[in-house]
Amino acid sequence: MKAIRVPVVEKIFSANDRMAEINRNLMNSHGIFSINLMASPGAGKTSFILETIKRLNHELRIGVIEGDTAPVTIDADKVIAAGMPAVQINTGGDCHLDAPMMSDGLSQLPLSDLDLVIVENVGNLICPAAWDIGTHINVLIASVPEGDDKPYKYPNIYRGLKVLVINKTDLSPYVKFDMNYFRQGVEMLNPGLVTFPLSCRTGDGFDEWIAWLIDQVRSHQRNS
Amino acid sequence: MHELSVTENILEIALTHANASSATKVTDIYLVIGQLSSIVDDSVQFYWNYISEDTICSGARLHFTRIPAKFRCMDCEIEFEMPNELTACPNCGSMLNTIISGEEFYIDSIEIEKEEEKNT
Repeated sequence: MKAIRVPVVEKIFSANDRMAEINRNLMNSHGIFSINLMASPGAGKTSFILETIKRLNHELRIGVIEGDTAPVTIDADKVIAAGMPAVQINTGGDCHLDAPMMSDGLSQLPLSDLDLVIVENVGNLICPAAWDIGTHINVLIASVPEGDDKPYKYPNIYRGLKVLVINKTDLSPYVKFDMNYFRQGVEMLNPGLVTFPLSCRTGDGFDEWIAWLIDQVRSHQRNS
Repeated sequence: MHELSVTENILEIALTHANASSATKVTDIYLVIGQLSSIVDDSVQFYWNYISEDTICSGARLHFTRIPAKFRCMDCEIEFEMPNELTACPNCGSMLNTIISGEEFYIDSIEIEKEEEKNT
């Protein structure tokens, strides 16, 4: 017997990352732009998706992948009722979606008929940030009632974002939320981050998000 | 956070490389983990003992090398380590900082035993 040191130098998530790349390439081949939508439970992910579908008013063809830890189809049912194809992925108690789950979700969507895939990740500010599922951008919804200290307490998720949505701005008069303190934390983690303060309930601020989204999808389609 | 899936990935990678080297046993696994990867060493070790049973990795020691979180100020360009809290650049106070290390998360190497080849 002899002891031998074998160099490995392989990322621990390498298998996941390879699958994520396959997912991204699959969507690119169909001219699909995709969003990994993350937030804590109750920040308004599903309401945000429904309002986005409504305001796009069929300008884009959308498919939705709903990640949930429990085998309930509450969110997917709402999207289907809004007239868009949706699939439910049950993570079996896991705290996040990974690239193989995403691949499973994509296989159940009519990809040839879509411009945009929105993935609603599991409600959690920690784990989803660590896994590339193969979408093109990460979007986080922070909501005013969650408090203004969240960038300081959950820095990792803010670092990987392309877009930040600040939801429930209509509640600002009723809860203590220092927007300057919040944005200062965000700026340290992700300088110049594209941010949309809005309210799913009143619709304030939504037009800017919709215009940005259409622009992103169309420019992705021109380039892919 | 999700140390079980992390530990399963470590086992899979270690076994692949061990088998490729015709190992009979894996004795040590050297991991490099950046301070910004929120992984708890003790949890990984806990799961490891269970999932590596009945494999050639059973009983292998896990070694964790922690890489500190380092940033570069985009304004004055000095490099600094991050203390526990989010802070502005200690030199000029700028909030525009980019990460230069601390996100590492990989297996650097493994130590294996194998039957000595007979040289004639």
